[in-house]
Amino acid sequence: MIVQAIVFYVLSAVLIASGVLVISVRNPVHAVLFLILAFFNAAGLFVLNGAEFLAMVLVVVYVGAVAVLFLFVVMLLDINLLRMREGFLRYLPTGALIGLILLIELAGIYASWSFGAAEPGLLAAPAPDPGAVPNTDALGRLIYTDYIYLFQAAGLILLVAMIGAIMLTLRARSGILRQSIAHQLLRSRASSIELRKVPRGEGV
Amino acid sequence: MLPDLGPVVPELIVAVAAMGLLMVGVFGRANATRTLCGLAILVLFVALVFETGLTGTRAETFGGMFVVDGFAVYAKILVLIAAAASLAMSIGWLRREGAERFEFPVILLFATLGMLMMVSANNLISLYLSLELQSLSLYVLAAFQRDNSRSTEAGLKYFVLGSLASGMLLYGSSLVYGFAGTTAFDGLAHAFGNGIPLGATIGVIFVLTGLAFKVAAVPFHMWTPDVYEGAPTPVTALFAVGPKIAAFALLVRVMVGPFSALTDQWLQVVVFISAASMILGAFAAIAQSNIKRLMAYSSIGHVGYALIGLAVGDQTGVRGVLIYLAIYLFMTLGTWAAILAMRQKGRAVEGISDLAGLAKTHPGMALALAIFMFSMAGIPPMAGFWGKLYVFMAAIDKGMVTLAVIGVLTSVVGAYYYLRIVKVMYFDEPAEVLDHGGGDGLGFVMGVTALVILFFTLIPAPLVTQAGAAAATLFGG
Repeated sequence: MIVQAIVFYVLSAVLIASGVLVISVRNPVHAVLFLILAFFNAAGLFVLNGAEFLAMVLVVVYVGAVAVLFLFVVMLLDINLLRMREGFLRYLPTGALIGLILLIELAGIYASWSFGAAEPGLLAAPAPDPGAVPNTDALGRLIYTDYIYLFQAAGLILLVAMIGAIMLTLRARSGILRQSIAHQLLRSRASSIELRKVPRGEGV
Repeated sequence: MLPDLGPVVPELIVAVAAMGLLMVGVFGRANATRTLCGLAILVLFVALVFETGLTGTRAETFGGMFVVDGFAVYAKILVLIAAAASLAMSIGWLRREGAERFEFPVILLFATLGMLMMVSANNLISLYLSLELQSLSLYVLAAFQRDNSRSTEAGLKYFVLGSLASGMLLYGSSLVYGFAGTTAFDGLAHAFGNGIPLGATIGVIFVLTGLAFKVAAVPFHMWTPDVYEGAPTPVTALFAVGPKIAAFALLVRVMVGPFSALTDQWLQVVVFISAASMILGAFAAIAQSNIKRLMAYSSIGHVGYALIGLAVGDQTGVRGVLIYLAIYLFMTLGTWAAILAMRQKGRAVEGISDLAGLAKTHPGMALALAIFMFSMAGIPPMAGFWGKLYVFMAAIDKGMVTLAVIGVLTSVVGAYYYLRIVKVMYFDEPAEVLDHGGGDGLGFVMGVTALVILFFTLIPAPLVTQAGAAAATLFGG
């Protein structure tokens, strides 16, 4: 137990610290790197709570795809972070107010959930016993067994979206250079190199 | 544990075939569009055969997400006929417009699949997903001629307004789910049987709004004329029938099924949009000179008549809706075949004045179009008269005389512009002759639909019996 508590506090401390660093470091690339650190620590917290699937998804999707995309964007765009931070103090009251509202709402939800007479049906949501079924298994059962019809329908919608996007935008343009490996390999020395005798001192 | 796939065989056929045709189109030889269109029509016919093979007994599968009953089978047969016919009509059009792209039949199959799934939706989530599949495919089809600014405009307009409608539908669904605690139709019917919270009423009205947009009922009809005019004509032919029938089937299933306990709440809305659609469809069409826009307003009016059946809301009313939709399908397909055949010097024309003197130059086409126009106006003995008669009768039986009277009066107004087309064809001097020999199955579609419309009066029994049986399954009969 004590080990778990120590790990929890370490993970959350690093998480909060890296979260603060994300918005405070000067270099945007460093900010993204701290964001990745934050994601990893959050994933660790998930594992600690027995939600191994969420942890893996967080690492795979957010670290593997989203954060790397951020990194690309940050590196490609020339962002001047100093100029962006100019209005920091000016926006602070509004930001703090919004944060406060969110905090109160969260507290309200927590209160209504734990003290209020919430729907008993909602509280006993049809989640299987976490001891008996690992949550990856439970999610898989939901997606691929109970809601397979909806899953497939959503897949078809995405397929249509893809076909539609390609159909409406892809154009066969002329005058652009394409690489044809076969063509490159078939080039012979005779067709691409010309040897000329250049008289000394006169140029071509 | 594999779900029971028996009830979804037609949908599976369409889905797998669409993906297969996509592969053939991508990796096969170029210019296979014609072949692919032919294959797609074949697929739709195979699905139709399997659909008729499904007995009318109610069957649920995928954990109650998907339901097949007599009502669904009836509506799906209409949808499949609509898709096959509009695909057949588009083959020649694609070739003449130089727009032969293999994605066309593929996307059309996906749209059809979405419509089939809409008809069978038995859960708010499957309702939404099927609606999105259908709508997304139709947005793409509307913008199919991407080098034509009007087609692009139609696609974009349809997309923006359609997304808005989807948003309303989703918002309504979330309210309904929040107050009922379930999205399954059976569960909703059960939950609302015990009492109706105010929030759920608001949710149902939002769902109704979203669906009214999809069937283009007033006041959610603004997109219709522009989209009908701008979209490629064979696509418009599909818009006018397939999605409308599917969305109507969905609307009827949702309103008389899970939301039947809220009839008092939604009834006034349905009565209003029905009357408003009939009135606007009749009056706004008078000023149109473009036949595609005219047909758009005409379709709005027809939606109004069919909505009378939903307002009645009992078995006779739903039977009236189903009969109306079947007859509407045939007369609309025929009219659009005629519109597709309107070409001058190899160029498509859309003006009503271009039909002048058609009776002298193309007597067959003029006769068929006259039959469709008489039918749309509801003049006996054409089938359109019976379609209107069944919904009006249902309304009078239920004591909704006002609605029936509005229906009759707007029919009279509507008759003016339908008969004007007949007058232009038969009594005006031909200005410029339309091309001969459009061929490509257009004549076939026109002929078959004209015969159906003409001879329905003599043998109405098969359709009326089928519609009655289909309506009965919805009411647990």
